[in-house]
Amino acid sequence: MAWVENEWGIYVMRKKECIAMILAGGQGSRLGSLTSKIAKPAVPFGGKYRIIDFPLSNCHNSGIDTVGVLTQYRPLALHSYIGIGSPWDLDRRDGGVYVLPPYAQEGGAEWYKGTADAIYQNLNFIDMINPNYVLVLSGDHIYNMDYSLMLERHKKQKAEATISVIEVPWHETSRFGIMNTDEQGRITEFIEKPKEANSNLASMGIYIFNWRLLRKCLEDDRKNALSSHDFGKDIIPKLLMDGHRLFAYYFKGYWKDVGTVESFWEANMDLLADEPELDLYNPNWRVYSVNPTRPAHYIGTTAKITRSLVSEGCSILGEVEHSVIFPGVHIEEGAIIKDSIVMPYVTISRDAQIYRGIIGRKSLIEEGALIGSINHEGICVIEENIIIPSDAQILENHMISKQKQVG
Amino acid sequence: MQNVMGIINLNLGQDLLKELTMGRPLAALPFGGRYRLIDFILSNMVNSGMQNVGILVQDKYRALMDHLRSGKEWDLARKRDGLFILPPNPNPYSSGGCRGSVENFYNNLDYIESSRQEYMLIAGSHIVCNLNYRKAFKFHKDMNADITILYKEYDAEDELSQYTILDCQPDGRISDMGSQSSRTSSRKVSMEMYLIEKGLLVELIKDCQARGGWDFVKDVLIKNIDKLKMFGYPYKGYAARIDSIKNYYRHNMDLLRPEKWEELFFKSGLVYTKVKDEAPVKYKENARAFNTMIANGCIIEGRVENSILFRGVKVHKGAYIKDSIIMQKCEIAENAIIENVICDKNVCITQGKWLKGEKNYPLVVAKGTIV
Repeated sequence: MAWVENEWGIYVMRKKECIAMILAGGQGSRLGSLTSKIAKPAVPFGGKYRIIDFPLSNCHNSGIDTVGVLTQYRPLALHSYIGIGSPWDLDRRDGGVYVLPPYAQEGGAEWYKGTADAIYQNLNFIDMINPNYVLVLSGDHIYNMDYSLMLERHKKQKAEATISVIEVPWHETSRFGIMNTDEQGRITEFIEKPKEANSNLASMGIYIFNWRLLRKCLEDDRKNALSSHDFGKDIIPKLLMDGHRLFAYYFKGYWKDVGTVESFWEANMDLLADEPELDLYNPNWRVYSVNPTRPAHYIGTTAKITRSLVSEGCSILGEVEHSVIFPGVHIEEGAIIKDSIVMPYVTISRDAQIYRGIIGRKSLIEEGALIGSINHEGICVIEENIIIPSDAQILENHMISKQKQVG
Repeated sequence: MQNVMGIINLNLGQDLLKELTMGRPLAALPFGGRYRLIDFILSNMVNSGMQNVGILVQDKYRALMDHLRSGKEWDLARKRDGLFILPPNPNPYSSGGCRGSVENFYNNLDYIESSRQEYMLIAGSHIVCNLNYRKAFKFHKDMNADITILYKEYDAEDELSQYTILDCQPDGRISDMGSQSSRTSSRKVSMEMYLIEKGLLVELIKDCQARGGWDFVKDVLIKNIDKLKMFGYPYKGYAARIDSIKNYYRHNMDLLRPEKWEELFFKSGLVYTKVKDEAPVKYKENARAFNTMIANGCIIEGRVENSILFRGVKVHKGAYIKDSIIMQKCEIAENAIIENVICDKNVCITQGKWLKGEKNYPLVVAKGTIV
């Protein structure tokens, strides 16, 4: 928020300095049945959150009070979750959260054809607010980051665009957009998913643009029939080619793209370390979310529980080890849960066993059922609202959805 | 029950819990892991369909206002009606505080008279229960009662000497009420919850004030027992009366019985409270928990048995908590042992300390103490 002098020489709050646009329209097809009913940003994460809580909370904690959320794939759960944004303190008189799905115009309706196109189709929204800077975020990354520091850096460098980068292991460089920089941090080269990389600085998909420049660039890109309308593939290379001042912002800390079942599972397990890299307990950097109305959880006399996260409304009578348990889960006596993620309102009956499982919302695992096995590495995913009948055995690497329900 | 306005009267049992109610009204006393006492009565009213609730506050009500704020969490931040704090009106002619509930009502009669609802439900915040008032309200109308008083019948072994006992005829009509004495064998204890028509309440309050009476039970109810049709309505569910440290401790511990936990928190509606955005509870490598209720934001590395932990408590390695109630943001350091203790908010028990109370006389550690 910038303070602007009015005609009487008094500083009044008027102009938004920076707004955020969160790209939340992706299907996340590599998450399989976890995203068959909901968009990826709405997938539950970390024992009480949904993935989009992280960028939204970062916005609040960084002092950004105007956020557009671009939705497209199965938006109902996401829309109803975001609501008017009060959980993230984004129900504001001036600004707040705006949910921006695709819409029809006089020439007909069209989908968002890429990340850049999604922003292009909402030029009128950004024009309405007319900020100096636009922060583009993705709705499916897990990290705590102070965007205000990045913006400060952007202004100090007199950059026209700043891209947040993180060092990744060299063997993973082929999965990311890789950047080369000079001593000042100015970006000299950007290659999307290179086979042979000469840098391990990966783009985190977090960009700050000067709005005037981005606006023009998006309009040009729109006219280019060969463009795939993607920030990483088209916009950034174009800006670089035209000789604009692009800078890297080096981020240190936990950052994870939870694009696949394995990385989603790993990111959850990362929270179970005794001192995890991602701190959920920092009172000065809270991660906000929609809180369920549930009492403190109950740990029974037969329960045993270590290295785990457990949320409100659960009643736990069985054994839980190295697992993430969401609100309202019931785990009966004799059940064993290990290395697993159990989403809200699941019931796990007596003597059922789950190893490396991801159990979808409101599913019921009946007595004695076995999911996964102690000796295997594969992850079993059970979709929401599924009943796994008693004594059923589901081996590793299975995805159980409504279409191929067992029993 | 949109036609009923709620009045929560906090002028009841204020200072019975010593240290625990020194800096806060009873209504703001933490209870059951993540609640304050007032959450229960407020949620009951909201879950019964009431949309206009006034709270007659007494003194020390900052903690309460901080908890309630706009009333949004109870869905009471509304354009019309919703939540209202009705503050006391210091009387320039009398020294000292308020003389009784009637004075409180009298000072806020304008608000009560101008409400859109025809009926009033008056209750305190000192009884923890999950009660839906719809049936009681139907009973009130079916019986054509002037006043309906909700009561709970206790067992023969319960000590009732401080309570108001009702004598009811078979149809429920109240024939007598007063404290327990040889005059009656009734074990029906008033829950201090009253249904009454608004016009009648206003009339009774004005009348009582004019005659110099200040006590709602003595001067309004008992004096009019022959003139008005008062009925008793039995409540049979879980009800915990918080009127002493011993009872506070006992009723909290009751919640460790799964059937009580289920009944209080789920049976006839959910209980709402202020949201704190705490992360889920973290159980570390050495954590051991047994028959325990733990609220979000806690980090457990030690051993916790038969206890209730409020939001944001840290239990370090080697610490052992047994039969205790630990309120918000307490910290129990390495190898500290506590048993039968109530720790108020922000208490820190330092390394290796050993604190022990008795079951019938739990040790209370005052807010913010470092032991």
